[in-house]
Order: sequence, then C-alpha cells, then structure tokens
Amino acid sequence: MNAPVRGLVGLLLVWPHSAAAPARDRIRRGEYLVDIMGCNHCHTPRRQGPHGPEPDPSLLLSGHPAAQPVSPGPGLQGPWVWAASRTNTAFAGPWGVSFAANLTSDRETGMGGWTDADFKAMARRGKHLGRGRDILPPMPWISLRDASDGDLEAILAYLKSTRPIRNRVPDAVEPGRP
Amino acid sequence: MRPEPVLLAALLALPGTEVPRQLSGTGLYQKVAGLVVDPANRPYAPQYPLWSDGADKARWCFLPPGRTIDASRPEAWVFPVGTRFWKEFSFNGRRVETRMLWHSSRNTWTYAAYLWRPDQTDADLVAEAGGDSAAEIAPGRTHRIPSQQDCLACHGNGGPQVLGFTALQLSDDRDPLAPHAEPLRPGMATLATLERDGLVTPARRQWIDQPPRIQAERPRTRAALGYLSANCGNCHQAEQPIPGVALILRQPVGLASLIDLPTHGEVPGWAGRTRAIVPGAPEGSLILHRMGTRSPYTRMPPMASELVDTQAVELLRAWISQDLGP
Repeated sequence: MNAPVRGLVGLLLVWPHSAAAPARDRIRRGEYLVDIMGCNHCHTPRRQGPHGPEPDPSLLLSGHPAAQPVSPGPGLQGPWVWAASRTNTAFAGPWGVSFAANLTSDRETGMGGWTDADFKAMARRGKHLGRGRDILPPMPWISLRDASDGDLEAILAYLKSTRPIRNRVPDAVEPGRP
Repeated sequence: MRPEPVLLAALLALPGTEVPRQLSGTGLYQKVAGLVVDPANRPYAPQYPLWSDGADKARWCFLPPGRTIDASRPEAWVFPVGTRFWKEFSFNGRRVETRMLWHSSRNTWTYAAYLWRPDQTDADLVAEAGGDSAAEIAPGRTHRIPSQQDCLACHGNGGPQVLGFTALQLSDDRDPLAPHAEPLRPGMATLATLERDGLVTPARRQWIDQPPRIQAERPRTRAALGYLSANCGNCHQAEQPIPGVALILRQPVGLASLIDLPTHGEVPGWAGRTRAIVPGAPEGSLILHRMGTRSPYTRMPPMASELVDTQAVELLRAWISQDLGP
C-alpha cells in the first residue's frame, strides 16, 4: 500500500469516530447541565424509599405520571402558597395545578420531535411548546433564558438521547377547576 | 426648506438600530398635526384579518424606493431591508395602540409597540414586557399590549415574519364570508396593484388574471379554512410544526388532513372520541372548544386576544355541523 492510499484508509478509519465525538461530547455536556440544574427534581417522579422520597430511575425525566390523577390542590393558609404532590411532579398554587413535562425522547409525548429552534423558543420566551401559553410555576425557565445556544442544544441533545417513556402529561388546570 | 421636526426625527432615528421612542419618529406620518399619513406608506387590508377583540384596524406598508419584494415563494415573501409595517388598533373610536414591524437589517426584524396618549396626538414606545392599556374592550376587560416575546411567539417561528401581507391575504378575489373582513378602499395595496407597480419579483401576470383563492367546494369551507389559516396557521404550520401536535392549519392545506385528526386534548363532557374536527359534531371538535373558551390554559389562541370571536365560532360551528356533517 503506497503512502497516499495508506493515508486515505487511515482517514476513513478515523472519520466516523471524529464525527461522532462532538455529538457524544454534546450529550455529555447536556447531561451534566441537566444534573447540576436540578431538572430531575421535578421531572423525574419520586417514590418512597427507605430514606424518604427519592427519584425513581425507571421513570427518569418522564414527568408527571398520566395514570396518577391528582385531586384539586389543598386550600393553603397563612404563609403557605404552593404545594407539591408525593411524586413532586404536580404542583398546586395560585396558578391552579401544573404538571412537570415528559422530557424523555419519546416522540409523541416527550421531546423526541423537538428541534433546537423549538427548545430555544421555549427557553427564551417562556412559552409552552415555544409558542403557547406562559410556562407555569414552579418551572424556573428564567434560569434557561440566558443560556448559550450551545448549552441549550446540548441539553436537548441529551434529552433526545434518553430512553423514551410514553407518558402523556395532563394539561394544566386553571384555578378553581376540579 | 426647513424639514418638519418629525421628519428630521425619523431620518435621524431610522438608519440606526434604535427604535424611535415615539410613533411620530417612525416615518408613518407626513405631518403629525392631523396625523397625515405619509403617502409613501401604502394602506392595505388582508382578506382574512386576525381577530383582535373587535378592534378597528388600519395598516400600512413602506417599501424602500426602488426596491421590490422577492415573491418567489407566494406565501413566504422576502422583503427588502428598510421595509416597515404598521398596524393601528382602535377601540370605541379612539386609537389605542400602533405596532411597527421593521426590517432593520438583513437578518433582523425589529418589533415595537406604541401606546397612544390620551390626547391622541402621538404614541409612546412600550417596554419589552408589554402591559395593559386603559382601553376597555368589554366590561372589566382591557386591551393588552403584547410583550416582545408574545410577538415572537407568532412572528418568529422560522417562517415568514410578516403574516398578513401575502399573496392570499392581498388577493383581489376577496372572500365575502371572511369574518371581520374590511372593505377594500381606494388607494389600498392589493396583489394587483403591487404587480402593476412592479413591486413584486418575479412578475406574475396570473396574480391579476387569476388571483389566488382557497380552493373549496363550498363557500363556507373557503371562509373557514381562510379564518383558520390566518388566525391559527402561524403556529400550526408545516415548516416548523409544534412538537407533538399534528394539526396544520396554514394554507395551502387539504381539508382531508384536518378531518378525524387525533388530538391529545379532550372536550369536557363529550363522550365520543375527541378529534380536532369531528364532522357533523361541533360539540366534539376540539378546535371549536378551544376557540370558544378563554380558560387561560386551553384557550386558542393562547395570547393576543381576551374575548371569544363569536362570529368565527358560529361560522365554524355551522361549517362542521352542516357542511362536513353526514
């Protein structure tokens, strides 16, 4: 094998790795950001463990379980303004009842069909699905608003790499509705 | 000749990227006294207006002299830098708000909203967050000035930024059943006038001979599809569809694609399968339910309107029950 051919073969061997590496790096970066930003606290349902509520790894980032209806929020008094369900995925407050979204890669009920543009629109505008109603408390979307394009793309890349869990989260309930 | 102060202000303000603080500085008016609109700004009226809680609206378009619109894609026109659009909202005979959409640089459209002063002499730039106006649109309800993010939710979805100035909207073949349609007045820009004035490229003679229209077997279907396209199709569109929502309402869209379309929302009290449109059953059609509520989390549209468009709801109810029914 002469030198140019050897070089070409070498390039072809390296090429797939080189192309995949940035994608892997982006996913790792996204996973890191999701971890340190605490997305799992609300988007991964909690179960009762020996030491109290803990994230259920089998439901990682799948949002409020659709099969688990919640009753109307409690009537809070005094300084208490909002309450969370046992799973920490449903939240009652002056805004009504809101539910943590399914962030897994499921195409129909999660993030599988989202584009970078959709995700940036959601993060920058604070709108449900990027163009609907305002995102409801307690989702701290304002923390995402000033994230760099690269970080937002990394977060979405990670979410789209997660195991798909089909779970259609209920619509939010306005105040005063059962 | 000494320039009018307002014109000078416009000349100083517009070449840069700063948004003028007063509407009078945007170039809309030739003379602020008397609110005389500059004749360079062409009035127009889309044939399927956006519902704005019953506001009376006036619109103008400014194209830089010697420049043309690239209309290669009939529903996604490309405008020259310097293009400006204004839309004025009035309630109860008083101007309340004027919005400006300005193609301020090659990749930038700048949004601005101006709130009219009580004395109606000028309007002042509103902060990015928007806010309430004093204009009462119904007992206890006031007109809300949209935030910049609200503007982008409709105008910034990856498609054309200008929504009411398209071949279909400016067609001279007007839909007589279009809800809230405004009559064409002399001097208004239409597709034919733009074509005759050489303002669109490439030239399309057929836009004069056969103006675009929504193809539908029945007049009410044409009006219903036109309403949905103008009022809903800026978000529910194919170029950048809403994730997980299959509904496409921007024209051109086939009626068949809307019928029996599964949804993930439900119509309260409807025992059958909820669909976007259930032929013959408006009570089970999610589109109609969403249009008919102002519940903050299920209403459609989700912003830019406080009141239900009852005329449109009745049009769609009749269309679904009588024209699409068994």
